[in-house]
Amino acid sequence: MIASRFPYVAAIAFAALALLPLGAMLSGDGFLLSIGTRVMIFAIAAISLDLILGYGAMVSFGHAAFIGIGAYAVGILSAHGVTDLFAHLAAALAAAALFALATGAVSLRTKGVYFIMITLAFGQMIYFLAVSLAAYGGDDGLTLPGRSTLLGSSVLKSPQAFYYLTLMALAAVYLLCRAIVGSRFGRVLQGTRQNAVRMQAIGFEPFRYQIVAYVIAGMLGSVAGVLLANQAEFVSPAYMSWQRSGELIFMTVLGGIGTLTGPLIGAAAYLLLEEVLSHVTEHWKILFGPFLILVVLFARGGIAGLLKGRGL
Amino acid sequence: MTIPLLEVETLRKNYGALVVTDAVSFDVLPGELHAIIGPNGAGKTTLIHQLSGMLPSNSGRVLFSGEDVTGLSMAARVHRGLARSFQITSIIPAFTARDNVALAVQARSGSSYRFFGDPRREAALNGPAEAVLAEVGLGDRADRVAGTLSHGEKRQLELARALATEPKLLLLDEPLAGTGHEESAAVVAMLKRLKGRYAILLIEHDMEAVFALADRVSVLVYGKIIASGAPAAVRADPLVRQAYLGEDA
Repeated sequence: MIASRFPYVAAIAFAALALLPLGAMLSGDGFLLSIGTRVMIFAIAAISLDLILGYGAMVSFGHAAFIGIGAYAVGILSAHGVTDLFAHLAAALAAAALFALATGAVSLRTKGVYFIMITLAFGQMIYFLAVSLAAYGGDDGLTLPGRSTLLGSSVLKSPQAFYYLTLMALAAVYLLCRAIVGSRFGRVLQGTRQNAVRMQAIGFEPFRYQIVAYVIAGMLGSVAGVLLANQAEFVSPAYMSWQRSGELIFMTVLGGIGTLTGPLIGAAAYLLLEEVLSHVTEHWKILFGPFLILVVLFARGGIAGLLKGRGL
Repeated sequence: MTIPLLEVETLRKNYGALVVTDAVSFDVLPGELHAIIGPNGAGKTTLIHQLSGMLPSNSGRVLFSGEDVTGLSMAARVHRGLARSFQITSIIPAFTARDNVALAVQARSGSSYRFFGDPRREAALNGPAEAVLAEVGLGDRADRVAGTLSHGEKRQLELARALATEPKLLLLDEPLAGTGHEESAAVVAMLKRLKGRYAILLIEHDMEAVFALADRVSVLVYGKIIASGAPAAVRADPLVRQAYLGEDA
């Protein structure tokens, strides 16, 4: 099956990520650590999206909503004096699970383009809900009093500590998704992607498995939100705009859908390219757009597809 | 008298004014091979969709082992022992033949909400899957990716998937569709082996095969059953000859 396509690339990527702070220290470039953390946060979101998009053929155009939910869990709790990371995580996971369950139950009644539209609509709903939350900054967003605390200590203030926390979260999400796609559940999910009617014909109710996958993906997506809020020490409705959802889809497609490792590479490629091009010219999107089109046209299977072609 | 395994009572399906299944009633006895024949557009596939739960019926009832299953989903019917094959081959092309069948075994053995552990190493799934593959004559094809099998082999795999659900009744939708002469002989031989062990409702276009296999034949024309009985009697029925075999009465 598709489970362990190119383990080397994943191992190399994680090794590079683990060594990056060393490079940042030697070069004295603090920005390296910051962009590395950002890449990993979006990789978490993109990998969780790949679980439903790549393995379940559920093209969710509202995945950024879960980033927003995670971020607002941190923002709102912090505003009320609750700063513990585990409290933030628990609230984010619970809220994301509820939102995914409610919206998934409706969205999964539809297919194809309708599923895309309805997830987009739900994403926009929660975006405007955040905009209307005047008590928590509304449109302007909410500045956190500080990063989440870990067992009462503010160790996460250190960029290195926060970097490694993010790396651990990324590794956990990656390994969890890897296990899921290779499991009994993952086999049903992949069978459903290929032919839902035929899965019913051998005794599976596809909807039940799809919604469980949707809830898992949403919960993992909210982890990215918890981290993003902490990195920026700021929460804003922009985290869950539909453009952000589109970017997540692009990272996933750019890296290679249905691979889990691809979205990790895709998130890195997307954010680094954005970074580099925006230094070249302020009209960087004029270069970025055509590049993305070329990838879709000529690199089916994304970067992962290209690497696989090289035998990696 | 034997109690029927499947009883169909005045089943109806219409799309607006177009009646596709018109008060169809028949039954299938345990161990019996009941064939339904009919010209193109007679509503054979619609009927099998209704029986398997893929399409809802407008009225009438489907009883399976005495239980009313008319409102049940396809998956729920499969769990009660009502399995079907499809006219258009519908295996999962990216999976191996073994994984295709093991997935059907998985549907009835243990929870599929297991998020850890590799099911491809579960002997409890692979064992029964390999037994079924051997039964349909694909024993040496277990490791082949299903998409690379020949058309005839895919048909056999399709049947293996239905058998792996441990059905009491098999609904077979034109298992000979699109097979060559040799392949079709292999499928007929396999159906002969299955006959008696499972009750079978066979929908088929190939008359030769039907009359060789069936215990009972019903003729469906424009959504109505116009004749039903032993193969020889049905073949001799003037109404059938006129409507279906294209002869003048």
